[in-house]
Amino acid sequence: MMVVESVPRYWRERKYRYRLIGSECKKCGKRYYPPRRVCLNCGSRELVEVKLVETGKVVSYTVIRVPPKEFQGLTPYVIALIELDDGTRLLSQLTDVAPEEVSTGMKVVATFRRVKEQSRDGIIEYGIKFKPI
Amino acid sequence: MRRVFVIGTGLTKIGEHWDKSLRDLLTEAILMAVDDASIALNDIEAVYVGNMSSGYLQSQEHLGSLVATWLGIPGIAACKVEAACASGGASFHQAYLAVASGLYDCVVASGVEKMTDAITSDVTSALIMADDQEYVAYIGATFVGLNALVYRHYMEKYNVKQEKIAAFSVHCHKYAKYNPYAQFRKEVTLEDVMSSPMIADPIHLLEAAPIGDGAAAIVLCSEDFVSKLKLNREVEVLASTMATDAFSLYDREDITTLKATRIAAEKAYKIAKISPEDINVLEVHDAFSILGVIHLEDLGFAKKGEGWKLVEEGELEVDGKIPTNLFGGLKARGHPIGATGIYQIVEVTWQLQGKAGKCQVDNAEIGLAQSVGGVGGTVVINILKRVG
Repeated sequence: MMVVESVPRYWRERKYRYRLIGSECKKCGKRYYPPRRVCLNCGSRELVEVKLVETGKVVSYTVIRVPPKEFQGLTPYVIALIELDDGTRLLSQLTDVAPEEVSTGMKVVATFRRVKEQSRDGIIEYGIKFKPI
Repeated sequence: MRRVFVIGTGLTKIGEHWDKSLRDLLTEAILMAVDDASIALNDIEAVYVGNMSSGYLQSQEHLGSLVATWLGIPGIAACKVEAACASGGASFHQAYLAVASGLYDCVVASGVEKMTDAITSDVTSALIMADDQEYVAYIGATFVGLNALVYRHYMEKYNVKQEKIAAFSVHCHKYAKYNPYAQFRKEVTLEDVMSSPMIADPIHLLEAAPIGDGAAAIVLCSEDFVSKLKLNREVEVLASTMATDAFSLYDREDITTLKATRIAAEKAYKIAKISPEDINVLEVHDAFSILGVIHLEDLGFAKKGEGWKLVEEGELEVDGKIPTNLFGGLKARGHPIGATGIYQIVEVTWQLQGKAGKCQVDNAEIGLAQSVGGVGGTVVINILKRVG
Protein backbone atom coordinates (compact mmCIF):
# COMPACT_ATOMS: atom_id res chain seq x y z
CA MET A 1 0.00 0.00 0.00
CA MET A 2 1.29 3.44 -0.85
CA VAL A 3 0.39 7.00 0.04
CA VAL A 4 -1.92 8.52 -2.61
CA GLU A 5 0.44 9.80 -5.32
CA SER A 6 -0.14 13.06 -7.12
CA VAL A 7 1.73 15.03 -9.77
CA PRO A 8 0.41 18.49 -8.84
CA ARG A 9 1.18 17.92 -5.18
CA TYR A 10 4.81 17.32 -6.13
CA TRP A 11 4.88 20.04 -8.82
CA ARG A 12 3.67 22.90 -6.61
CA GLU A 13 6.58 22.49 -4.19
CA ARG A 14 9.29 22.31 -6.86
CA LYS A 15 10.70 25.82 -6.41
CA TYR A 16 11.29 25.31 -2.70
CA ARG A 17 12.54 21.76 -3.02
CA TYR A 18 14.85 22.33 -6.00
CA ARG A 19 16.33 25.69 -5.10
CA LEU A 20 16.23 25.86 -1.30
CA ILE A 21 13.90 28.86 -1.22
CA GLY A 22 12.64 29.71 2.25
CA SER A 23 11.08 32.80 3.78
CA GLU A 24 12.44 35.66 5.83
CA CYS A 25 10.56 37.85 8.29
CA LYS A 26 10.99 41.52 7.38
CA LYS A 27 10.35 42.53 11.00
CA CYS A 28 12.66 40.27 13.02
CA GLY A 29 14.84 38.74 10.30
CA LYS A 30 14.12 35.11 11.21
CA ARG A 31 14.28 32.66 8.31
CA TYR A 32 12.15 29.55 7.72
CA TYR A 33 12.25 26.41 5.64
CA PRO A 34 9.75 25.44 4.38
CA PRO A 35 8.43 28.97 3.71
CA ARG A 36 5.31 30.27 5.43
CA ARG A 37 3.07 33.33 5.85
CA VAL A 38 3.25 34.08 9.58
CA CYS A 39 6.44 34.46 11.62
CA LEU A 40 6.65 32.00 14.52
CA ASN A 41 9.07 34.28 16.30
CA CYS A 42 7.33 37.69 16.23
CA GLY A 43 3.91 37.05 14.69
CA SER A 44 4.51 39.36 11.74
CA ARG A 45 2.85 38.60 8.41
CA GLU A 46 5.50 40.44 6.44
CA LEU A 47 7.49 37.51 5.15
CA VAL A 48 9.28 37.39 1.80
CA GLU A 49 10.75 34.51 -0.14
CA VAL A 50 14.50 34.26 0.10
CA LYS A 51 17.22 31.97 -1.24
CA LEU A 52 18.77 30.27 1.79
CA VAL A 53 22.51 29.70 2.07
CA GLU A 54 23.58 26.26 0.94
CA THR A 55 26.15 25.49 3.62
CA GLY A 56 25.62 24.52 7.24
CA LYS A 57 26.38 21.98 9.96
CA VAL A 58 24.82 18.81 11.36
CA VAL A 59 23.01 19.47 14.68
CA SER A 60 21.90 15.85 15.12
CA TYR A 61 21.60 12.79 12.91
CA THR A 62 20.26 9.26 12.72
CA VAL A 63 20.68 6.22 10.50
CA ILE A 64 17.37 4.93 9.16
CA ARG A 65 17.34 1.12 9.15
CA VAL A 66 13.58 0.52 8.99
CA PRO A 67 12.26 2.76 6.17
CA PRO A 68 8.95 3.38 4.44
CA LYS A 69 8.57 1.27 1.30
CA GLU A 70 9.65 3.95 -1.19
CA PHE A 71 13.05 4.29 0.51
CA GLN A 72 13.77 0.57 0.92
CA GLY A 73 16.48 0.52 -1.74
CA LEU A 74 18.49 3.19 0.09
CA THR A 75 18.80 1.68 3.58
CA PRO A 76 20.77 2.37 5.65
CA TYR A 77 20.66 6.12 5.00
CA VAL A 78 21.29 9.18 7.15
CA ILE A 79 18.71 11.81 8.12
CA ALA A 80 20.04 14.96 9.78
CA LEU A 81 18.80 18.10 11.48
CA ILE A 82 20.91 20.77 9.78
CA GLU A 83 21.51 24.38 10.77
CA LEU A 84 22.42 26.49 7.75
CA ASP A 85 25.02 29.24 8.13
CA ASP A 86 22.20 31.81 8.09
CA GLY A 87 20.59 30.13 11.13
CA THR A 88 17.75 28.36 9.28
CA ARG A 89 17.11 24.79 10.45
CA LEU A 90 15.83 22.01 8.22
CA LEU A 91 15.71 18.24 7.95
CA SER A 92 17.48 16.55 5.09
CA GLN A 93 19.09 13.35 3.93
CA LEU A 94 22.89 13.18 3.88
CA THR A 95 24.48 11.70 0.79
CA ASP A 96 27.96 10.83 -0.50
CA VAL A 97 28.98 9.72 3.00
CA ALA A 98 28.92 6.40 4.88
CA PRO A 99 26.73 6.44 8.00
CA GLU A 100 29.70 5.69 10.25
CA GLU A 101 31.58 8.73 8.92
CA VAL A 102 28.87 11.22 9.95
CA SER A 103 29.39 13.29 13.09
CA THR A 104 27.65 16.12 14.92
CA GLY A 105 29.02 19.50 13.84
CA MET A 106 30.06 18.15 10.43
CA LYS A 107 30.06 20.86 7.72
CA VAL A 108 27.71 20.10 4.84
CA VAL A 109 26.58 21.64 1.55
CA ALA A 110 23.33 21.31 -0.43
CA THR A 111 23.27 19.19 -3.56
CA PHE A 112 20.44 18.51 -6.05
CA ARG A 113 19.47 14.83 -6.11
CA ARG A 114 16.86 12.29 -7.07
CA VAL A 115 14.75 11.58 -3.96
CA LYS A 116 12.27 8.86 -4.97
CA GLU A 117 10.03 7.57 -7.71
CA GLN A 118 6.24 7.44 -7.75
CA SER A 119 5.21 3.81 -8.06
CA ARG A 120 2.11 4.23 -10.22
CA ASP A 121 3.22 6.63 -12.97
CA GLY A 122 6.97 6.45 -12.55
CA ILE A 123 7.31 10.20 -11.90
CA ILE A 124 10.80 10.80 -10.53
CA GLU A 125 10.83 13.23 -7.61
CA TYR A 126 13.89 15.41 -6.99
CA GLY A 127 15.03 17.61 -4.14
CA ILE A 128 17.93 18.83 -2.04
CA LYS A 129 20.18 16.52 -0.06
CA PHE A 130 23.33 17.54 1.80
CA LYS A 131 26.87 16.18 1.48
CA PRO A 132 30.03 16.76 3.53
CA ILE A 133 32.22 19.69 2.46
CA MET B 1 -17.75 24.50 34.20
CA ARG B 2 -19.41 21.51 35.89
CA ARG B 3 -17.65 18.78 37.84
CA VAL B 4 -16.92 15.65 35.77
CA PHE B 5 -16.60 12.09 37.10
CA VAL B 6 -15.14 8.88 35.73
CA ILE B 7 -17.57 6.04 36.44
CA GLY B 8 -16.54 3.16 34.22
CA THR B 9 -13.52 1.72 32.40
CA GLY B 10 -13.09 -0.93 29.71
CA LEU B 11 -10.20 -2.22 27.62
CA THR B 12 -8.90 -5.10 25.56
CA LYS B 13 -5.56 -6.81 25.94
CA ILE B 14 -3.03 -5.21 23.60
CA GLY B 15 -1.48 -7.53 21.05
CA GLU B 16 -1.84 -9.11 17.64
CA HIS B 17 -5.60 -9.65 17.42
CA TRP B 18 -5.79 -11.61 14.16
CA ASP B 19 -9.36 -12.65 14.91
CA LYS B 20 -10.72 -9.21 15.78
CA SER B 21 -11.47 -6.18 13.61
CA LEU B 22 -11.25 -2.51 14.55
CA ARG B 23 -15.00 -2.42 15.24
CA ASP B 24 -14.82 -5.63 17.32
CA LEU B 25 -12.10 -4.20 19.56
CA LEU B 26 -13.78 -0.83 19.99
CA THR B 27 -17.22 -2.29 20.70
CA GLU B 28 -15.75 -4.74 23.22
CA ALA B 29 -13.96 -2.00 25.17
CA ILE B 30 -16.97 0.33 25.26
CA LEU B 31 -19.40 -2.44 26.32
CA MET B 32 -17.02 -3.35 29.14
CA ALA B 33 -16.86 0.29 30.29
CA VAL B 34 -20.65 0.63 30.17
CA ASP B 35 -21.09 -2.54 32.25
CA ASP B 36 -18.39 -1.39 34.68
CA ALA B 37 -20.28 1.90 35.14
CA SER B 38 -23.56 0.01 35.70
CA ILE B 39 -25.38 2.20 33.18
CA ALA B 40 -27.48 1.34 30.13
CA LEU B 41 -26.29 1.89 26.58
CA ASN B 42 -29.21 4.27 26.14
CA ASP B 43 -27.79 6.55 28.83
CA ILE B 44 -24.90 7.47 26.50
CA GLU B 45 -25.36 10.80 24.74
CA ALA B 46 -22.04 11.03 22.89
CA VAL B 47 -19.03 8.88 21.98
CA TYR B 48 -15.58 10.20 21.05
CA VAL B 49 -13.21 7.83 19.28
CA GLY B 50 -9.48 8.52 19.49
CA ASN B 51 -7.81 7.10 16.42
CA MET B 52 -4.95 8.08 14.15
CA SER B 53 -4.65 5.70 11.21
CA SER B 54 -7.92 3.90 10.53
CA GLY B 55 -8.08 5.54 7.10
CA TYR B 56 -4.61 4.50 6.01
CA LEU B 57 -4.29 1.13 7.74
CA GLN B 58 -7.93 -0.08 7.61
CA SER B 59 -9.41 2.03 4.76
CA GLN B 60 -12.09 2.99 7.28
CA GLU B 61 -13.08 6.47 8.39
CA HIS B 62 -16.32 7.81 9.90
CA LEU B 63 -15.74 5.85 13.09
CA GLY B 64 -18.34 7.83 15.09
CA SER B 65 -21.35 6.63 13.14
CA LEU B 66 -19.83 3.16 12.85
CA VAL B 67 -19.44 2.67 16.59
CA ALA B 68 -22.82 4.25 17.41
CA THR B 69 -24.41 1.67 15.13
CA TRP B 70 -22.40 -1.27 16.47
CA LEU B 71 -23.41 -0.20 20.01
CA GLY B 72 -27.03 -0.20 18.89
CA ILE B 73 -27.53 3.49 19.67
CA PRO B 74 -27.46 5.40 16.34
CA GLY B 75 -28.89 8.85 16.98
CA ILE B 76 -26.27 9.87 19.54
CA ALA B 77 -23.50 12.38 18.83
CA ALA B 78 -20.28 10.61 17.83
CA CYS B 79 -17.06 11.35 15.95
CA LYS B 80 -13.40 10.47 15.59
CA VAL B 81 -10.81 12.64 17.34
CA GLU B 82 -7.36 12.76 15.77
CA ALA B 83 -4.16 14.26 17.18
CA ALA B 84 -1.62 11.64 16.03
CA CYS B 85 -0.40 9.58 19.01
CA ALA B 86 -2.24 11.96 21.37
CA SER B 87 -5.62 11.00 19.84
CA GLY B 88 -6.62 9.05 22.97
CA GLY B 89 -5.82 11.92 25.33
CA ALA B 90 -7.56 14.32 22.95
CA SER B 91 -10.65 12.08 22.85
CA PHE B 92 -10.84 12.21 26.67
CA HIS B 93 -10.34 15.99 26.57
CA GLN B 94 -13.31 16.38 24.19
CA ALA B 95 -15.46 14.08 26.34
CA TYR B 96 -14.52 16.08 29.43
CA LEU B 97 -15.46 19.36 27.73
CA ALA B 98 -18.77 17.90 26.56
CA VAL B 99 -19.84 17.10 30.13
CA ALA B 100 -18.16 20.09 31.84
CA SER B 101 -19.91 22.47 29.44
CA GLY B 102 -23.32 21.21 30.51
CA LEU B 103 -24.32 19.97 27.05
CA TYR B 104 -24.24 16.24 27.90
CA ASP B 105 -24.58 14.30 31.15
CA CYS B 106 -23.08 10.98 30.12
CA VAL B 107 -20.48 10.39 27.40
CA VAL B 108 -17.84 7.86 26.39
CA ALA B 109 -14.20 8.69 25.69
CA SER B 110 -12.67 5.86 23.71
CA GLY B 111 -9.69 5.02 21.53
CA VAL B 112 -8.79 2.27 19.11
CA GLU B 113 -5.99 1.34 16.74
CA LYS B 114 -5.78 -1.74 14.53
CA MET B 115 -2.18 -1.88 13.35
CA THR B 116 -1.03 -5.47 12.93
CA ASP B 117 -2.99 -6.18 9.73
CA ALA B 118 -0.34 -4.06 7.98
CA ILE B 119 3.31 -4.90 7.32
CA THR B 120 6.01 -2.87 9.11
CA SER B 121 6.86 -0.58 6.17
CA ASP B 122 3.20 0.45 5.89
CA VAL B 123 2.99 1.14 9.64
CA THR B 124 6.21 3.18 9.27
CA SER B 125 4.49 5.26 6.56
CA ALA B 126 1.38 5.66 8.72
CA LEU B 127 3.30 6.88 11.78
CA ILE B 128 5.30 9.55 9.95
CA MET B 129 1.97 11.08 8.92
CA ALA B 130 2.19 12.72 12.37
CA ASP B 131 4.89 15.00 10.92
CA ASP B 132 5.38 17.28 7.90
CA GLN B 133 4.71 15.18 4.78
CA GLU B 134 6.14 17.72 2.32
CA TYR B 135 9.47 18.52 3.99
CA VAL B 136 10.17 15.74 6.51
CA ALA B 137 8.56 12.51 5.32
CA TYR B 138 9.42 13.57 1.76
CA ILE B 139 13.15 13.10 2.30
CA GLY B 140 12.82 9.69 4.00
CA ALA B 141 12.63 10.59 7.68
CA THR B 142 10.69 8.11 9.84
CA PHE B 143 8.94 8.74 13.13
CA VAL B 144 11.54 6.67 14.99
CA GLY B 145 14.22 8.66 13.16
CA LEU B 146 12.87 12.00 14.41
CA ASN B 147 12.97 10.75 17.99
CA ALA B 148 16.49 9.46 17.34
CA LEU B 149 17.56 13.03 16.46
CA VAL B 150 16.21 14.15 19.83
CA TYR B 151 17.94 11.23 21.62
CA ARG B 152 21.42 11.88 20.19
CA HIS B 153 21.16 15.61 20.84
CA TYR B 154 20.04 15.00 24.43
CA MET B 155 22.99 12.70 25.15
CA GLU B 156 25.44 15.20 23.69
CA LYS B 157 23.92 18.30 25.27
CA TYR B 158 23.70 16.85 28.78
CA ASN B 159 26.59 14.40 28.49
CA VAL B 160 24.47 11.38 29.47
CA LYS B 161 25.37 7.77 28.62
CA GLN B 162 22.79 5.82 26.62
CA GLU B 163 22.50 3.09 29.27
CA LYS B 164 21.07 5.63 31.71
CA ILE B 165 18.24 6.41 29.31
CA ALA B 166 17.68 2.87 28.02
CA ALA B 167 17.01 1.86 31.65
CA PHE B 168 13.55 3.40 31.23
CA SER B 169 12.57 0.40 29.08
CA VAL B 170 13.76 -2.03 31.75
CA HIS B 171 11.59 -0.22 34.32
CA CYS B 172 8.47 -0.47 32.14
CA HIS B 173 8.90 -4.18 31.41
CA LYS B 174 9.38 -4.91 35.10
CA TYR B 175 5.82 -3.71 35.81
CA ALA B 176 4.10 -4.92 32.64
CA LYS B 177 4.44 -8.50 33.85
CA TYR B 178 1.70 -7.82 36.43
CA ASN B 179 -0.66 -6.26 33.86
CA PRO B 180 -2.95 -8.86 32.22
CA TYR B 181 -3.76 -6.38 29.43
CA ALA B 182 -0.12 -5.67 28.52
CA GLN B 183 1.38 -6.69 25.18
CA PHE B 184 4.70 -7.84 26.68
CA ARG B 185 4.39 -9.40 30.13
CA LYS B 186 8.04 -10.17 30.65
CA GLU B 187 11.11 -8.51 32.10
CA VAL B 188 14.09 -7.44 30.02
CA THR B 189 17.61 -6.62 31.17
CA LEU B 190 19.61 -3.54 30.25
CA GLU B 191 21.85 -5.85 28.26
CA ASP B 192 18.83 -7.15 26.30
CA VAL B 193 17.87 -3.57 25.47
CA MET B 194 21.34 -2.43 24.46
CA SER B 195 22.01 -5.50 22.33
CA SER B 196 18.65 -5.44 20.50
CA PRO B 197 18.76 -4.39 16.81
CA MET B 198 19.10 -0.72 15.90
CA ILE B 199 15.99 0.78 14.21
CA ALA B 200 17.23 4.36 13.85
CA ASP B 201 20.54 5.06 15.61
CA PRO B 202 20.76 5.41 18.57
CA ILE B 203 17.27 3.89 19.15
CA HIS B 204 17.30 0.12 19.68
CA LEU B 205 14.24 -2.03 19.05
CA LEU B 206 13.73 -2.50 22.81
CA GLU B 207 13.73 1.26 23.37
CA ALA B 208 10.69 1.73 21.12
CA ALA B 209 7.02 1.08 21.80
CA PRO B 210 5.79 -1.98 19.89
CA ILE B 211 3.14 -2.19 17.16
CA GLY B 212 -0.11 -3.59 18.52
CA ASP B 213 -3.91 -3.64 18.35
CA GLY B 214 -6.11 -2.45 21.19
CA ALA B 215 -9.08 -0.40 22.33
CA ALA B 216 -10.01 1.26 25.61
CA ALA B 217 -13.00 3.26 26.85
CA ILE B 218 -14.06 5.41 29.78
CA VAL B 219 -17.52 6.60 30.81
CA LEU B 220 -17.62 10.20 32.03
CA CYS B 221 -20.61 11.91 33.57
CA SER B 222 -21.91 14.92 35.46
CA GLU B 223 -22.71 15.20 39.16
CA ASP B 224 -26.45 15.32 38.32
CA PHE B 225 -26.17 12.03 36.46
CA VAL B 226 -24.29 10.36 39.33
CA SER B 227 -26.92 11.51 41.82
CA LYS B 228 -29.86 10.53 39.62
CA LEU B 229 -28.59 6.97 39.09
CA LYS B 230 -27.15 6.76 42.64
CA LEU B 231 -23.75 5.76 41.21
CA ASN B 232 -20.41 5.61 42.92
CA ARG B 233 -18.61 8.95 42.46
CA GLU B 234 -15.13 7.77 43.26
CA VAL B 235 -12.95 9.52 40.71
CA GLU B 236 -13.15 13.12 39.52
CA VAL B 237 -11.37 14.80 36.62
CA LEU B 238 -9.55 17.72 38.26
CA ALA B 239 -8.12 19.15 35.05
CA SER B 240 -7.94 18.35 31.35
CA THR B 241 -5.66 20.51 29.20
CA MET B 242 -4.20 20.43 25.71
CA ALA B 243 -1.34 22.37 24.12
CA THR B 244 0.57 22.43 20.85
CA ASP B 245 4.19 23.12 19.95
CA ALA B 246 5.84 23.93 16.62
CA PHE B 247 4.78 21.07 14.33
CA SER B 248 8.20 19.78 13.38
CA LEU B 249 11.73 19.69 14.81
CA TYR B 250 13.07 22.24 12.29
CA ASP B 251 11.11 24.99 14.08
CA ARG B 252 12.26 24.16 17.64
CA GLU B 253 15.09 26.03 19.30
CA ASP B 254 15.68 23.25 21.84
CA ILE B 255 14.72 19.80 20.62
CA THR B 256 15.34 18.23 24.05
CA THR B 257 12.27 19.92 25.58
CA LEU B 258 8.63 19.35 24.66
CA LYS B 259 7.25 22.82 25.14
CA ALA B 260 3.66 21.57 24.76
CA THR B 261 4.13 19.40 27.85
CA ARG B 262 5.27 22.42 29.84
CA ILE B 263 2.35 24.59 28.67
CA ALA B 264 -0.34 21.91 29.18
CA ALA B 265 1.08 20.81 32.55
CA GLU B 266 1.41 24.32 33.92
CA LYS B 267 -2.19 25.03 33.00
CA ALA B 268 -3.39 21.72 34.45
CA TYR B 269 -1.53 22.21 37.75
CA LYS B 270 -3.08 25.67 38.03
CA ILE B 271 -6.63 24.48 37.32
CA ALA B 272 -6.26 21.51 39.70
CA LYS B 273 -4.59 23.76 42.30
CA ILE B 274 -1.77 21.28 42.81
CA SER B 275 1.98 21.09 42.21
CA PRO B 276 3.97 18.12 40.85
CA GLU B 277 4.77 16.97 44.43
CA ASP B 278 1.06 16.30 45.03
CA ILE B 279 0.91 13.64 42.31
CA ASN B 280 0.93 10.07 43.64
CA VAL B 281 0.87 8.18 40.36
CA LEU B 282 2.02 9.10 36.87
CA GLU B 283 1.57 7.74 33.35
CA VAL B 284 3.92 9.26 30.77
CA HIS B 285 3.99 8.77 27.00
CA ASP B 286 7.25 6.79 26.63
CA ALA B 287 6.97 6.00 22.92
CA PHE B 288 10.77 5.83 23.15
CA SER B 289 13.00 5.52 26.23
CA ILE B 290 14.34 9.03 25.68
CA LEU B 291 10.84 10.50 25.72
CA GLY B 292 10.10 8.89 29.10
CA VAL B 293 13.12 10.69 30.52
CA ILE B 294 12.33 14.02 28.86
CA HIS B 295 8.70 13.93 30.06
CA LEU B 296 9.78 13.56 33.70
CA GLU B 297 11.74 16.79 33.28
CA ASP B 298 9.10 18.75 31.39
CA LEU B 299 6.37 17.71 33.86
CA GLY B 300 8.44 19.20 36.68
CA PHE B 301 9.82 16.11 38.41
CA ALA B 302 13.48 16.66 37.49
CA LYS B 303 15.81 19.36 36.17
CA LYS B 304 16.66 19.36 32.45
CA GLY B 305 19.23 16.69 31.73
CA GLU B 306 18.50 14.82 34.97
CA GLY B 307 15.28 12.89 34.36
CA TRP B 308 17.24 9.64 33.99
CA LYS B 309 18.37 9.93 37.62
CA LEU B 310 14.81 9.23 38.81
CA VAL B 311 14.98 5.88 37.01
CA GLU B 312 18.40 5.07 38.45
CA GLU B 313 17.46 6.08 41.99
CA GLY B 314 14.31 3.97 42.01
CA GLU B 315 11.96 6.94 42.32
CA LEU B 316 9.66 5.59 39.58
CA GLU B 317 9.00 2.35 41.48
CA VAL B 318 5.71 1.54 43.19
CA ASP B 319 7.18 2.82 46.50
CA GLY B 320 9.25 5.64 44.97
CA LYS B 321 8.76 9.39 45.04
CA ILE B 322 6.82 9.45 41.77
CA PRO B 323 5.52 5.98 40.81
CA THR B 324 5.48 5.97 37.00
CA ASN B 325 4.14 3.68 34.25
CA LEU B 326 3.22 0.92 36.68
CA PHE B 327 1.23 -0.95 34.03
CA GLY B 328 4.21 -1.10 31.66
CA GLY B 329 4.00 2.22 29.83
CA LEU B 330 3.93 2.45 26.04
CA LYS B 331 7.04 0.29 25.89
CA ALA B 332 5.61 -2.85 27.47
CA ARG B 333 1.87 -2.37 28.04
CA GLY B 334 1.88 -1.41 24.38
CA HIS B 335 0.97 1.55 22.19
CA PRO B 336 -2.12 1.09 19.98
CA ILE B 337 -1.75 4.72 18.93
CA GLY B 338 -5.22 6.27 19.25
CA ALA B 339 -6.15 4.08 22.22
CA THR B 340 -3.00 4.66 24.29
CA GLY B 341 -4.14 7.88 25.96
CA ILE B 342 -7.29 6.10 27.16
CA TYR B 343 -5.32 3.09 28.50
CA GLN B 344 -3.25 5.54 30.56
CA ILE B 345 -6.33 7.15 32.12
CA VAL B 346 -7.88 3.74 32.82
CA GLU B 347 -4.68 2.79 34.66
CA VAL B 348 -4.64 6.01 36.68
CA THR B 349 -8.33 5.45 37.55
CA TRP B 350 -7.59 1.91 38.78
CA GLN B 351 -4.80 3.24 40.98
CA LEU B 352 -7.18 5.79 42.53
CA GLN B 353 -9.83 3.09 43.02
CA GLY B 354 -7.32 0.74 44.65
CA LYS B 355 -7.75 -1.79 41.83
CA ALA B 356 -4.15 -1.88 40.61
CA GLY B 357 -3.30 -5.26 42.11
CA LYS B 358 0.42 -5.92 42.65
CA CYS B 359 1.28 -2.46 41.27
CA GLN B 360 -1.02 -0.60 43.67
CA VAL B 361 0.46 2.60 45.08
CA ASP B 362 -0.54 2.91 48.75
CA ASN B 363 -3.32 5.40 49.24
CA ALA B 364 -3.02 6.94 45.76
CA GLU B 365 -5.14 10.08 45.68
CA ILE B 366 -4.05 12.13 42.66
CA GLY B 367 -2.84 10.81 39.29
CA LEU B 368 -1.66 12.42 36.06
CA ALA B 369 -1.68 11.01 32.51
CA GLN B 370 0.29 12.63 29.69
CA SER B 371 -0.57 11.88 26.06
CA VAL B 372 1.81 13.06 23.31
CA GLY B 373 1.20 13.47 19.59
CA GLY B 374 4.06 13.50 17.06
CA VAL B 375 7.38 14.55 18.56
CA GLY B 376 5.46 16.75 21.01
CA GLY B 377 3.43 18.70 18.46
CA THR B 378 0.41 18.04 20.69
CA VAL B 379 0.31 17.18 24.40
CA VAL B 380 -2.78 16.44 26.49
CA ILE B 381 -2.63 16.35 30.29
CA ASN B 382 -5.39 14.84 32.41
CA ILE B 383 -5.33 14.96 36.22
CA LEU B 384 -7.69 12.73 38.21
CA LYS B 385 -8.46 12.59 41.93
CA ARG B 386 -10.06 10.08 44.26
CA VAL B 387 -13.04 11.77 45.89
CA GLY B 388 -15.00 8.82 47.27
